[in-house]
Amino acid sequence: MSTTTNATKVSNDAPSRGTAPAGERIADWADGRLGIYSLAKTNMRKIFPDHWSFMLGEVCLYSFIIIILTGVYLTLFFHPSMNEVTYHGPYVPLQGQRMSEAFNSTMHISFDVRGGLLIRQIHHWAALVFLAGMFVHMMRVFFTGAFRKPREVNWLFGFLLFVLGMFTGFTGYSLPDDLLSGTGVRFMEGAILSVPVVGTYLSFFLFGGQFPGGDFVARFYSIHVLLLPGIMLGLVVGHLILVVYHKHTQFAGPGKTNNNVVGMPLLPVYMAKAGGFFFLVFGVIAVVAAIASINPIWAMGPYRPDQVSTGAQPDWYMGFSEGLIRTMPGWEINVAGHTLVLGVFIPLVIFPLVLVAIAVYPFIESWVTGDKREHHILDRPRNAPTRTAFGAAWISWYFVLLVGGGNDLWATHFHLSINAITWFVRVGFFVVPVLVFIATKRICLGLQRRDKDKVLHGRESGTIKRLPHGEFIEVHEPLDQEALHTLTAHEQYTPVEIGPLVDENGVERKATRSQKLRARLSKGYYGENNQIPKPTVEEYKEITSGHGHH
Amino acid sequence: MSSQDIPEENLPAEQATDEAHGAVAVKGEHDNPFADPGLPEHEHRIQDIDERAAKRSERVVAMLFTISMLATIGFIAAYLAIPVDKSIYVFPIGHISAMNFTLGLTLGVALFCIGAGAVHWARTLMSDVEVAQDRHPIEAEPETKAQVLSDFADGARESQLGRRKLIRNTMFGALALVPLSGVFLLGGLGPAPGTKLRHTAWKKGLKLVNMNTNLPLRPSDIAVGSLTFAKPEGLSEDAEDFQTVMAKAALMLVRIAPENIKDKRELAWSHEGIVAYSKICTHVGCPISLYEQQTHHVLCPCHQSTFDLSDGARVIFGPAGHALPQLHIGVNSEGYLEALSDFDEPVGPAFWERG
Amino acid sequence: MKKLSARRRHPLAAVVVLLLALAATGGLYAAFAPASKAQADDTAQSLAITEGKKLYSVGCASCHGTGGQGTTDGPSLVGVGSAAVDFQVGTGRMPAQQQGAQMPRKRAIYSQAEIDQLAAYIASLGAGPVAPTKKDYSPDGANIAKGGELFRTNCAQCHNFTGEGGALTHGKFAPNLGEVSPKHIYEAMQTGPQNMPSFPDTTMTKQNKKDIVAYLKTVNGDKTESPGGLKLGGLGPVSEGLFAWIFGLGALVAVAVWVAARTAKAKKS
Repeated sequence: MSTTTNATKVSNDAPSRGTAPAGERIADWADGRLGIYSLAKTNMRKIFPDHWSFMLGEVCLYSFIIIILTGVYLTLFFHPSMNEVTYHGPYVPLQGQRMSEAFNSTMHISFDVRGGLLIRQIHHWAALVFLAGMFVHMMRVFFTGAFRKPREVNWLFGFLLFVLGMFTGFTGYSLPDDLLSGTGVRFMEGAILSVPVVGTYLSFFLFGGQFPGGDFVARFYSIHVLLLPGIMLGLVVGHLILVVYHKHTQFAGPGKTNNNVVGMPLLPVYMAKAGGFFFLVFGVIAVVAAIASINPIWAMGPYRPDQVSTGAQPDWYMGFSEGLIRTMPGWEINVAGHTLVLGVFIPLVIFPLVLVAIAVYPFIESWVTGDKREHHILDRPRNAPTRTAFGAAWISWYFVLLVGGGNDLWATHFHLSINAITWFVRVGFFVVPVLVFIATKRICLGLQRRDKDKVLHGRESGTIKRLPHGEFIEVHEPLDQEALHTLTAHEQYTPVEIGPLVDENGVERKATRSQKLRARLSKGYYGENNQIPKPTVEEYKEITSGHGHH
Repeated sequence: MSSQDIPEENLPAEQATDEAHGAVAVKGEHDNPFADPGLPEHEHRIQDIDERAAKRSERVVAMLFTISMLATIGFIAAYLAIPVDKSIYVFPIGHISAMNFTLGLTLGVALFCIGAGAVHWARTLMSDVEVAQDRHPIEAEPETKAQVLSDFADGARESQLGRRKLIRNTMFGALALVPLSGVFLLGGLGPAPGTKLRHTAWKKGLKLVNMNTNLPLRPSDIAVGSLTFAKPEGLSEDAEDFQTVMAKAALMLVRIAPENIKDKRELAWSHEGIVAYSKICTHVGCPISLYEQQTHHVLCPCHQSTFDLSDGARVIFGPAGHALPQLHIGVNSEGYLEALSDFDEPVGPAFWERG
Repeated sequence: MKKLSARRRHPLAAVVVLLLALAATGGLYAAFAPASKAQADDTAQSLAITEGKKLYSVGCASCHGTGGQGTTDGPSLVGVGSAAVDFQVGTGRMPAQQQGAQMPRKRAIYSQAEIDQLAAYIASLGAGPVAPTKKDYSPDGANIAKGGELFRTNCAQCHNFTGEGGALTHGKFAPNLGEVSPKHIYEAMQTGPQNMPSFPDTTMTKQNKKDIVAYLKTVNGDKTESPGGLKLGGLGPVSEGLFAWIFGLGALVAVAVWVAARTAKAKKS
């Protein structure tokens, strides 16, 4: 397969190729017990396609590994205890202050342990990058339609990882028991209290009594270092196994079909690229941690329930829930001696719904199309206008809420009224996604038209030609076959019809409500004006022959 | 939900499963200008044909790995040599920890160079011939499926689960009940709420103690336009339950000219215009205290609920659902401000039993 | 002189002339106005009051009334004390350019000597908080950690953990305290300018204030250490999140593009 073989490579491949007896003996030993040869046979030269957006998932995987490595280091020094102690460390502005052992030990990590601050900062920066990476990775999968059969389950695995990542992040952020995170925990208590009927019980069970009590750091600690990462690790492994099992998707192009995967083999190219990328990710995050401070708990001080600072925000991935809670009007209903705290409970319900909206989309689309085939060729976003518009609308929705979550900082930094921003978010919550949906769909259709023009009339060459009768025209160069294929490789559905309501025997049947809904949705997806019919061979031939040969 | 009723012709015909494999151009379609031309021919890189270029790449890779080694040595040296509390000025970052900065940079460079070396090696020296590998349908062949189903049926039959209903039902019953032990064990996580959320540490006769000075407050201490925070007398910062007590008892005192107080009860519960409100927001419990002394509005820094302290602390903006609870205060015989009762309603966030 | 004549036609020249003329008129008026009864008194203090009154009549009386009794355009200044004057005029908030939700800080237009005279005059109208002396706000003898606790209890809710500032209702804001001088911070606590509540010595002792000023100058000054690196505005998770997206993920995407990009091909022969 490979044409170039040099000395380095031979020795590198040696253990598996069996040229070096020692390596081979070890491999034989392992094979006799683990069956590694059969495993390697199918996987060692497994093909992976090259595209930068396919590496976003690797960013997440590697930052996850970095978080685990640094997290284990931090547990060696961190004391998950809320016992009160007096600070006697080197940071003067806190000397003599009362604080929990959790805060005190975090101060110790930051100021006394050599490299402790660096590891703490790598841990936290990697967490932010992990979540941001998952968000972008998820959007890549969404906009290219990579979630379609057979990958729906893996989409859900990924989605769960994102959600669990949010909660792992939140519990970790709460551990130092500083004034900022404590405010976040207090908010969480208030949100739990708003749950009808069982809210107070849930809160008392979580905090071991009244807030803040003396238990929550220890409890969050075991959730943060054991329970959630354990589940996540399992999901990550499952996610990766499925990626290998399904083989990676690829973009349409010459030689790339739904039945193959074109790229380079795991050994050696992806071993080096993916392995190298781990070090690159770790290196970048280490440099970020060297130059930028994150969560400086010494500046915030220890938590006290009667103290607070303005600009109290959660980490970015919880920001949209903060936006929900900030912009919700304060509805509260008192009935028969009970209080329904809608002002807090409605955001608490919408919070998962925002996430579920994107998670269930693959199933809705597959129901609308009725397509049960496997899809391994990715869509260009423009070729699935309704999906792309939905995704863009969802992102805009998410970002409107993020703006709401930081309304105080937008107010001070752009000299706006905080009340005006809140009102903008209240209205924008409903309006912005709709506008973005419409705009995105139009843009997609425009791009589809442009593709069609390009296929039929060729690429604009920029050369202006004057015809004998004086007219100026721009010379269009016809595309080569590779480009023609790539631009016409996408599939186009026709809308689902309800079908005749009277069968051949004259028996009437009623269209069910779900059939009607599906027909309407399908028309919205694939009906006239909702996608541009791609050029046909006939059209192409007619135009190219009509142009006349020069 | 079944989609079997969708006629097949709705699905696009292209890329049907029996199409030719991609590496080979689709045969017999010479007149189809959109047909897949197959994988483009491999083009050589400079390194593939020019050994000098390949040598250059090799040197670059080796150099990157060497830099990584040096950076690691630098890391170790910095770890050993730099005092942990040393601060340096680095433009434009500012006054930062010398240790954090050097360790982070050397570690970052050491790691990054390993990655960059490996990737450069892969990109320039390892084969870049694109290869097509076949995919196989995930779905099992019908025979396999039939085999599995029949195996399963055999197993199920042999277990006699379907036939012996008594076993089946009791087993399901036992399995359904056994997790309840776990649920009950979770009951130890916390006490029942009882009425704890309804009461605070305040009670009749407790003096209002200034948070700043730990001294009881007199009415004359509190000027119009000032803001003072108070805790109940006898509560020490060193007390074991200080945090939990303060989470409900934190108090905010302002003085408003009595003629500017619009709410009758507020006026009645104040002393010479000094009003005492709970500092805990009724939304989700942030210590609300952004007091604007000209408007008498108090804003919550967390979620921007705004209350009008001159009008019974009713909500005028934001997500809070009800007014801040007011503490009925007066002056004791020694001239100190004191509470005349506990809050008459629960402080802090609303909850189901609040009523 | 050439310079002056060159600028005569500058669009702002007319404004400058007008301002000078106004000031001159006001000054003349003040000079010829009925002399105050304190004129006979020749102590330095009364001289300052007299001078302050002159300045007041020119720069302040139009809004605050000729005797400091206040008008619809400005509050009464009786009893605000010298600290309030020193703060408001010293930080350039007064004289105000226009009515608004909040007077922003700007360059002071009076010299410290003039401010002291104004302060003396206002203080003579009624007793109020007295501007602090250097000893009051110098860090000597301050407990910085105690100051931090006091700051988080009394100030951080508006001004942020380390005094970076924050938002209030309807476009008002609590300013960043990093560039405010210790004296002005001290005076702001004494007097409660604009919408800020006051923290009089009766509830927040002089030592408390000294501690707070010392804390603030430790954690938000030119020499403040940020061990972890860039402070990112000291604003917490929002700026950290932006940084993680732009520089963290941004750098990684750039790296990924490099990793996945095609290597340059040799020219086809």
